[in-house]
Amino acid sequence: MATKVATQFEPKITAFVCNWCTYAGADLTGTSRTKYQSNVRVIRLPCTGRVDFMLIQKAFARGSDGIIVSGCHPNDCHYTSGNYHARRRWMVFTELMNFIGADMRRITFSWVSAAEGAKWAALVDEVTNTVRELGPYTEYQRLIDAGVA
Amino acid sequence: MEVLRNKAQDLLAQGQAQIVIGYEAGTGGIRRPSFARTAADTARLVWDADCISNLAGYLTRPEIKRMGKTAIVANASTLRALLQLTAERQLAEDAVLALAVAEDGTVTELATAQAVTDHVAALPDALSAADREQMNLLASMSREERWVYWEKELQRCIKCYACRSSCPMCYCGTCTMDCNKPQWVPVPSHALGNLEYHTVRAMHLAGRCVECGECGRACPVGIPIHLLTCFAEESVHQQFGQKAGASAKLDYALGTFRPDDKESFIR
Repeated sequence: MATKVATQFEPKITAFVCNWCTYAGADLTGTSRTKYQSNVRVIRLPCTGRVDFMLIQKAFARGSDGIIVSGCHPNDCHYTSGNYHARRRWMVFTELMNFIGADMRRITFSWVSAAEGAKWAALVDEVTNTVRELGPYTEYQRLIDAGVA
Repeated sequence: MEVLRNKAQDLLAQGQAQIVIGYEAGTGGIRRPSFARTAADTARLVWDADCISNLAGYLTRPEIKRMGKTAIVANASTLRALLQLTAERQLAEDAVLALAVAEDGTVTELATAQAVTDHVAALPDALSAADREQMNLLASMSREERWVYWEKELQRCIKCYACRSSCPMCYCGTCTMDCNKPQWVPVPSHALGNLEYHTVRAMHLAGRCVECGECGRACPVGIPIHLLTCFAEESVHQQFGQKAGASAKLDYALGTFRPDDKESFIR
């Protein structure tokens, strides 16, 4: 007998994380057996300096409802200055996206070190809850559906 | 105008320049680029308030560079672009002779980057009053209204790339838009692809745009796309305190950093 299951919207969260800090931090969350929501898809990159803004756009285009970009704290970059360069790029990118009218509540930038397993779990939970509340990114979906003119 | 023509003629005759780039009368009252290589050619040169297009894009063309020393009749945007191209090492310093024409028709020769820098410093803001008003209007809208505004505007884009072709700073041999492995942005006019294309263009011009508005003028369907690049440029100016086209010695804003760059959104 089929049972009726209450369907709650489950957001897809894409996380772009750096190999040296946040990925290790997320690994620590796991090895510490800390529970956090499973909506996040982690994409490991060498450095936050590698996070081209086009990756963020692509993640939305492929159906992400929320995005986390996270890496080493300032001064902790494995490549000395990758996160500083990334920070500058985001400072302009966030303003530009806001000018275009994109929903910036769906993009979260964070510094999570290899020791901050608890911070990672809290971050993912918070972002997931926020985006679940916001619902699917229908504004973006509208453009995807409109397709080729 | 006679002063300008005589000056161009003299430069060509004395071998100080092999080509003079300027404006000539086009169809329908517009001014189009003119390339004078002989004394006879200089008779076509004109200068008036309609000479608004940015000619600096021609300076980086190999076919122009091959002709030898170039002189260019320069309005404010051309001068700014000339400085920015020099800063980006696309032009050798002092390689181009700029001819700034005053309202009374007198011609000032700006032979060095320093001379151009000093001249540009005295000029008024690049952004027109109408564009400034539109920027303020957009800023006063709610986020959702802005999204609908750009959604509507950018859906008209036919992906002709006139904005890219007309921009003096878009000189890359291979553009991201032409890259198809991976295909970052859909090739045809796609609602989302158009938004992606124009944000990419604005991001790639952030800290480099001289706010000449050439892309907006080139757009055949009249999308005010120059507002995007101008916004990105002003964001860089406000946050990092440097302005493209103000000096021939300028580090690329997004290619450098300060450890104490201040933001408020990273957690």
